[in-house]
Amino acid sequence: MYKVRLWSVRHSRFMERLYNGVNPAILATLRGVTKVFGTKLDKPITSMEAGLKGFLFDCQMCGNCQLSKTGMSCPMNCPKTLRNGPCGGVRANGMCEVKPDMKCVWVLAWDGAERMKGGDAIHDMEFSGDHRDKGKSTWLKLARDSRPDATVKPMQNTNV
Amino acid sequence: MSKNQLDQSGEVQDVERLGTNPGDPLPMLDGHVSHGRFERVLRAGHFAVTTEIAPPDSADPDEVLVRAALFDGHVDAINATDGSGAHCHMSSLAVCAILTRVGYSPILQISCRDRNRISIQGDTLGAAALGVCNVLTLSGDDVGAGDHPEAKPVFDLDSVSLTKTLRILRDESRFLSGRKLDLPPKLFIGSSINPFVPPIKNRVDQLAKKINAGAEYIQSQYCFDVPMLKDFMARAVDMGLTEKCYILIGVGVLPSARTASWMRDNVPGVHIPDSVIARLKGAEKPLREGRNICVELMQEIKEIEGVSGLHVMAYRQEKWVGDVVKRSGVLEGRVPWSPDHSDTTIGTVS
Repeated sequence: MYKVRLWSVRHSRFMERLYNGVNPAILATLRGVTKVFGTKLDKPITSMEAGLKGFLFDCQMCGNCQLSKTGMSCPMNCPKTLRNGPCGGVRANGMCEVKPDMKCVWVLAWDGAERMKGGDAIHDMEFSGDHRDKGKSTWLKLARDSRPDATVKPMQNTNV
Repeated sequence: MSKNQLDQSGEVQDVERLGTNPGDPLPMLDGHVSHGRFERVLRAGHFAVTTEIAPPDSADPDEVLVRAALFDGHVDAINATDGSGAHCHMSSLAVCAILTRVGYSPILQISCRDRNRISIQGDTLGAAALGVCNVLTLSGDDVGAGDHPEAKPVFDLDSVSLTKTLRILRDESRFLSGRKLDLPPKLFIGSSINPFVPPIKNRVDQLAKKINAGAEYIQSQYCFDVPMLKDFMARAVDMGLTEKCYILIGVGVLPSARTASWMRDNVPGVHIPDSVIARLKGAEKPLREGRNICVELMQEIKEIEGVSGLHVMAYRQEKWVGDVVKRSGVLEGRVPWSPDHSDTTIGTVS
């Protein structure tokens, strides 16, 4: 929902704290679940992630979640799906070039990042996503990574 | 490599030196990344001028050469646009290939809208093989802005990832997949910026991102607002960005107040202050006034610290590019190389 999405960016500091607080627990639970059930529960877990993140951020389930690095504004809502935006077409009132009724997701991203403790991560380049991961769960991907403190794995083939 | 180190290697007399066939690549100078004349001009410390060619809606190569000849002796490089405004025209790669045959120094624009990473990497190798020495990465206008709004937008990469991709091709001599190249493309790699639209204060961060990804020069969107540009450039200089990258600022020739208002409302990312439109409206000869505005902007922008050149965009006003460049005096008497049109051997392969 667009309004909730805007709220999440306005409260990016709170969302960051929430994420940092619950993330280890979610990942630990998922590690346990995937150990016992293998891939059997992947579908409901993915639906849960899609539902929650969809409600809060209009998450598009790209499978390479960068929310904590983009001011809690999901870059996949950009009509050009720019992961290092914004483009040069942003309207003078900060609205999207393609969808004039939507605030540019990267105008929101820079704004949200400013309030976050780890907001500086927005300066780092994020290489364009792995399209094979579309529709897949980032949480499961992180949980299956052997390192408990792992962030999103760089794409295997890209090596950038 | 810092810009200053490289400045010493580019001697003035080398700038215009050519091979025997104008289409042949120039010898690469120490510290340079391409065989091109455009890189030589910038690295030698000259104030550069580039412009934009409108690719024809035609399969006629002569049309490209006729359009390019308008700029002879006035510009150091010519950008070949890649489906600008999401309109279909002759491809930028083909325009560049025609231009390199007679020795012009084209800049291949690559937009992320129409091709994925497989296609873009392949085209980049092809472009270098055809003698292209400069590329410019862009996100690209949305398909909805053009004459084929029903087309599928690709945007597999974004302009920052694309810049990084080109650096990997050139510097690491490999595809993104890791597969090795036998010969990497020797390209001078640039990208675009628009300091005049939101988020204004983060636009300089966006510039830094592009430079970190590997941009060696930058061409900006139209500048009609000098105070805004001064703010932007001051921050870029403070952050040391102008030491790492050549920045060329875009200027435009506006034919009338009506066109200016239309552009402001309909062309994405174009910022034109009311004062400019009022000046055109009040002018007796708006066409001439539009050129006067451009000349004044060019002179003012040249004096701003950190600016290495100008990019003159004059869509449907191409015949006036030479006039504004000459009147502005920004080249300080330097005459950029242009082909000898009486040479009938041009473009032939021996």
